[in-house]
Amino acid sequence: MNLETGPFTIDLLHLVLIASVIFLVITVLRTHAATKATTEVDSPKEVGGPQEADADTTVEPELEPEPEPEPELEPEPEPEPEPEPEPEPELEPIEQVSSAPVVEVVNTDSALQILSLLQKEARFIDFTQEDLTDLSDAEIGAVARLIQAGSQKALAHYLTLAPIATEVEESAIEIPVGFDPAHYRLNGNVVGEAPFNGTLIHRGWRVTRCELPKITQGHDTTILAPAEVEL
Amino acid sequence: MTEQNPDNTRYSIGIDLGTTHCVLSYVPLDDVNATPTVFPISQLVSPGAIDALDQLPSFSYQSHSAELNPGDCALPWQEQNTALVGTIARTLGSKTPIRLVASAKSWLCHGGIDRRAKTLPFGSDDEVAKISPLEASAQYLDHLRAAWDDQFPLSPLKDQDVTVTIPASFDPVARELTAEAAKQIGCEHLTLLEEPMSAVYNWVNACGDDWRSQVSVGDIILVVDIGGGTTDLSLVAVGEEEGKLSLTRIAVGEHILLGGDNMDLALAYRVKAKLTEQGKTLEPWQIQAIGQACRDAKEALLGDSDLQVVPITVPSRGSKLFGGTLRCELTRDEVTQVLTEGFFPLVDIGETPRQSPRSALTQRGLPYAQDPAISRHLAAFLTRQKNALDSVAAYEEDPFAIFAEPLGSQAIAPPPSAGFIQPSAILLNGGVLKAPRIKTRVVQLINQWLSDADVPAARVLEGTDLDLGVAKGASYYGQVRQGKGVRIRGGLANAYYVGIESAMPAIPGMEPPLEALCIAPFGLEEGSVVEAGQQTFGLVIGEPVYFRFFGSSSRHYDTAGSLLPSWDEGELNELPALKIELPLAGGKAGDVLPVRLSSYFTEIGTLELEVVGVNADGSVDPEQRWHVELDVRD
Repeated sequence: MNLETGPFTIDLLHLVLIASVIFLVITVLRTHAATKATTEVDSPKEVGGPQEADADTTVEPELEPEPEPEPELEPEPEPEPEPEPEPEPELEPIEQVSSAPVVEVVNTDSALQILSLLQKEARFIDFTQEDLTDLSDAEIGAVARLIQAGSQKALAHYLTLAPIATEVEESAIEIPVGFDPAHYRLNGNVVGEAPFNGTLIHRGWRVTRCELPKITQGHDTTILAPAEVEL
Repeated sequence: MTEQNPDNTRYSIGIDLGTTHCVLSYVPLDDVNATPTVFPISQLVSPGAIDALDQLPSFSYQSHSAELNPGDCALPWQEQNTALVGTIARTLGSKTPIRLVASAKSWLCHGGIDRRAKTLPFGSDDEVAKISPLEASAQYLDHLRAAWDDQFPLSPLKDQDVTVTIPASFDPVARELTAEAAKQIGCEHLTLLEEPMSAVYNWVNACGDDWRSQVSVGDIILVVDIGGGTTDLSLVAVGEEEGKLSLTRIAVGEHILLGGDNMDLALAYRVKAKLTEQGKTLEPWQIQAIGQACRDAKEALLGDSDLQVVPITVPSRGSKLFGGTLRCELTRDEVTQVLTEGFFPLVDIGETPRQSPRSALTQRGLPYAQDPAISRHLAAFLTRQKNALDSVAAYEEDPFAIFAEPLGSQAIAPPPSAGFIQPSAILLNGGVLKAPRIKTRVVQLINQWLSDADVPAARVLEGTDLDLGVAKGASYYGQVRQGKGVRIRGGLANAYYVGIESAMPAIPGMEPPLEALCIAPFGLEEGSVVEAGQQTFGLVIGEPVYFRFFGSSSRHYDTAGSLLPSWDEGELNELPALKIELPLAGGKAGDVLPVRLSSYFTEIGTLELEVVGVNADGSVDPEQRWHVELDVRD
């Protein structure tokens, strides 16, 4: 879990990933805005839902004589939500030059992994590669349910999504002094000084937990789905 | 291991070794206020991907040598891994069932097969490597051990206080095999705990001190545990001891192979029938996919919401999503009809499970319950156990009363009009009962029986974590054994008998009548030994002797040594025979040695039978003891 390293390069895979994330985000937003609204934005404590305070990444083999259960339960290191899902990869990757090659490999793996998971749970790649031109809305609708349900299941299992702004969309919002521009994108008549008063258009999304399955060393992540052959 | 370091025993670990899922929970022993935590189990979820999940699916996949890259099977603690267990086994096995070992636990308590023989996956091609039910159970336990040791390298599981849960209905052999599997992975401090009791412990722990206000003396708690593969029933009586509430498990049900998986399958076939009506023919993989879709649909429709219809969509298997997609709907009425009415019909208390005559060609498989109506199994259990409280009443007064008075305490039996034991509280457990509508129906059913008998309705004790509760209760039990909280008294859940042929002249064409000698009474406490009365057998040295072996869940008042000339239909269940073979060392071949049978209910929770030599003066010779092998077949 290289959560502290951000995405440093953009390649085709990232573009595909970004496109898919945006698609999913919109889907999830539309259908589940209400339920997600209750999730607390800033508190990393809220991660993980009721049960998933997963351990694996924090309990290191060098546990001291008291390998208490507690350390695993504090998901402190997890909530760094930077890795891939942030929809602004163009934001300054400051140190890209020095460590680029290593990072690129890692990030590609996670990106491919998400694609593979979405394909497995939601037939996501199949769907994006279909030609929908001659299909009726009813046909597409039936399959969309499947894809939506599967994507939701996969996302909920591996990520926790939370809106950034808790206000109701299309209502007035005040952006305080010292706000983080990464969290709030100001559009339109951007003049003057904070606090800014405006209308909340989109609540935004952030990831408060990201727990992808670990990958074994010999695993080829470019295989999103193996060809299936029945004997 | 000789060097046992008690300092290394830091945790009480509870393992729910389930038919469909395993769960491990733990609690530190040095902190009495700690509550059990469920351990996320690292496992392969697909080739090359490892995730930590609360449940380890109880499946093992015997992969083909060319099927997977070795690198895709590695586990964090083992690069060269060959045992595929958990989610990956279930996933791969769903498409290649001939290589999938499933329901090993049900095979483990199947008296009709040799449970140490390599028979699983059952009925598969000879080319598929086979393992025994025992080995499969040991594999799951070993995975749990390795996952634990990986996270707690300083407190390896073998040194911890481990409680493995088993169905209350497990026969002595299945218990022994479970203990053996746990010992194979190195468990040194092992206890077996009945699952319904563990559910009660979990409830007690979740309530804290409040549990005492939720039940009172005289309450009878019915524990209904419906898991993925089995249904397990138990009765726990609330008594009083030194002014404090005490709990005693007074009865356990028979082993019923009926659970959530049957329900998913029933729904899948319902949907299949619907699609067939529409003129569609389904392939096996589609039925299986429907089953999975039904599982999700079921959860939605049995929830609290007003949802009436859930679409079932099965996409084509190929990369083209459109075209081959099957579509259908599952309505609440259908789910109610198939599940609520099919598995939980409102039957009369007098009904018993239906036995359809099996065809002679029935495949030798698992003895699945023939009647899917859990209601009838429940009714039969409550009826059969109508006198279950008797033994406890005697027990409460004097622990030895039941030994002193062979006929028990029939004097205080409830009026015969009762007809069934009337629980005053219900504790529900198991994933199936998470569905509010099924839960409501079970409570409605029991309360209907109670109201027909003019008895107040039973209260529902709110259980917690219906999926994970058994494991949590088991780790809490480790704290209980250290003196925290209340301990449920239980003892041996069945009475055991050996069959003795009556001495009478042989009549051609007629088997000599059989008498049953009680060798281990119901309620025999852990750690105690009983001898089967004064009955002495003469055994020929150096030759194996076989005894027919029986168990009874309803005869609570027979004492060790009681000889039953006859019994009611269904009161005794025949178990695999016992074999006794005395070594030649004691004398010369052909000598006849007088012996008695003795039963030891171990602290671990297994039953051990021994034969002890008897001296000429009738006293027992402590030097001459031999182990009796359970689970013998010809």
